[in-house]
Amino acid sequence: MTAPMVHAQGVRKNFGRLEVLQGIDLTVERGQVCCLLGPSGSGKSTLLRCINHLEKIDGGRLAVDGDLVGYRQHGGKLYELREREVAARRRDIGMVFQRFNLFPHMTALENVMEAPVRVARAGKAEARARAQELLDRVGLGDRAGHYPAQLSGGQQQRVAIARALAMEPKLMLFDEPTSALDPELVGDVLDVMRQLAADGMTMVVVTHEIGFAREVGDTAVFMDEGVVVEAGDPRQVLVEPRQERTRAFLSKVL
Amino acid sequence: MASVAASAAKPRPGRPALPPEELVAVPVRHWGRWISAVAAVAALAGLIGSLAKNANLRWDIVGDYLFADLIFDGLQTTLWLTAASMAIGLGVGTLIAVMRLSDNPVLYGIATLFVWVFRGTPLLVQIIFWGYAGALYKELLIGIPFTDVTFIRADTNDLLTPAVAALLALGLNEAAYASEIVRAGIQSVDPGQTEAAHSLGMRPALTMRRIVLPQAMRVIIPPMGNETINMLKMTALVSVIAAHDLMSNIQDVYASNYQVIPMLMVASIWYLALVTLLSIPQAWLERHYGRGTGHHRRSPLARMFAGASLRLRTTRKKGER
Ligand SMILES: Nc1ncnc2c1ncn2[C@@H]1O[C@H](COP(=O)(O)OP(=O)(O)O)[C@@H](O)[C@H]1O
Ligand SMILES: [Mg+2]
Repeated sequence: MTAPMVHAQGVRKNFGRLEVLQGIDLTVERGQVCCLLGPSGSGKSTLLRCINHLEKIDGGRLAVDGDLVGYRQHGGKLYELREREVAARRRDIGMVFQRFNLFPHMTALENVMEAPVRVARAGKAEARARAQELLDRVGLGDRAGHYPAQLSGGQQQRVAIARALAMEPKLMLFDEPTSALDPELVGDVLDVMRQLAADGMTMVVVTHEIGFAREVGDTAVFMDEGVVVEAGDPRQVLVEPRQERTRAFLSKVL
Repeated sequence: MASVAASAAKPRPGRPALPPEELVAVPVRHWGRWISAVAAVAALAGLIGSLAKNANLRWDIVGDYLFADLIFDGLQTTLWLTAASMAIGLGVGTLIAVMRLSDNPVLYGIATLFVWVFRGTPLLVQIIFWGYAGALYKELLIGIPFTDVTFIRADTNDLLTPAVAALLALGLNEAAYASEIVRAGIQSVDPGQTEAAHSLGMRPALTMRRIVLPQAMRVIIPPMGNETINMLKMTALVSVIAAHDLMSNIQDVYASNYQVIPMLMVASIWYLALVTLLSIPQAWLERHYGRGTGHHRRSPLARMFAGASLRLRTTRKKGER
């Protein structure tokens, strides 16, 4: 039996007195797409950031691919990871941000090459060829030499996806990847994500795109005020929700 | 394209006679710029003329000393002292800035203390301190405190020559100021950049070097240009420990020949020349680190002629017909 890709049990996180995550349970199996929905401030971004160890959890257990996030198990004891080990774990997890966060001083190609060259120590020529391939795959092969400021939001987000894929992650986290885009640019980004899901990538996607969640998601999780209100088959959770809070939220976004 | 003259010749009130794509766009003419430019050039010419004709300025003495050996020696000292102390300042300053932003309370404490001391005491005092450190500490020992174990023992005066003392004083003082400039630069970079780099598996040091600092440079360079120009002139303070920069040599000359104004003209001409030269690498660096931001500005000359060149072209078209 293999461990699930993401396994959260009673995960808690506070910012000072504010309890942002109040005991989250979540399981994402290998190759599955899990869509996270919920009102603003419900803790969705925080949960994603905990999975990638950009935030430390304050309670519960959180494991990625069988390894506890932030710890190494050895001889029945848990050792907190050092900076180098944290970085090494993050290589296997790709993350895509709402505001793209491309490196503005590098071209699209250089953005995609940066981590393979500097972190994985790949050869320049090889990394360049691979980066070009990834840009082709997200439909931006002809924009390799453009700086982020010269690209539309939708194009920037697709470069950001290519950049995350360059490290060949086993898990991809998307934090509202289309929320900052003009409506006509959303489709291109969702198409890339749809293709990625079809290729078997394990994905956790925070999104307000109900159509995408219904069509691509294997599970849908509805969060509110730091707890999971309802989780299950998206066709059930998003079509015939059992909880009043889910119903109220859906009626607002649809 | 149908000519402009044709449409101008037969003006039809009401509806435009030509379809929109054949209309000629007339750029805004910046008459004010041209008038003020002429006025400024005239005023400047008058000032230069009166300076040139003023016999009290003794241009003959300025000419005698402008390329004198003594001046070149001073110039050389000023230049290397400026370059070396700015290099120390920027290097140590960046380190201090990163320490001040670190989570590690020890590093933060050391960095804060450093800035407090070196920014809080007069530069002149620091120069004199380093220059006369040999009188305070005869020997320099590196070993374990409160034991007899010593690794290195050296005579302080051998190590702290005037040049080294000047360099330490100027460099460390500059580092304190530079660290605040670098810190502001680092803090101007969107935290999302660091997050994105971390999520790719980049470690903090690599993230700082490859992602944050190159973006911070855009904010850092202009004030560091100021600092460099300041340093050029601050090197004059090292005369108190018998190091000979441009300004000290100039002072030596007018102390003996009493030609204060002409000698100060020599100094000003050289400092202006150096500052002008410095602006070239600064512009180059600003362009380099500004890449990808789209903050490109046309040169002042290009802006002056922006409206005019279009006008010339339309005029020529009228003539062709
Ligand atoms: N670094 C932080 N410091 C303090 N409070 C934070 C921080 N990050 C998020 N929060 C708070 O945590 C709550 C959940 O935020 P977030 O996870 O971003 O929600 P969501 O992504 O669902 O909109 C919000 O109330 C937010 O203000
Ligand atoms: Mg969020």
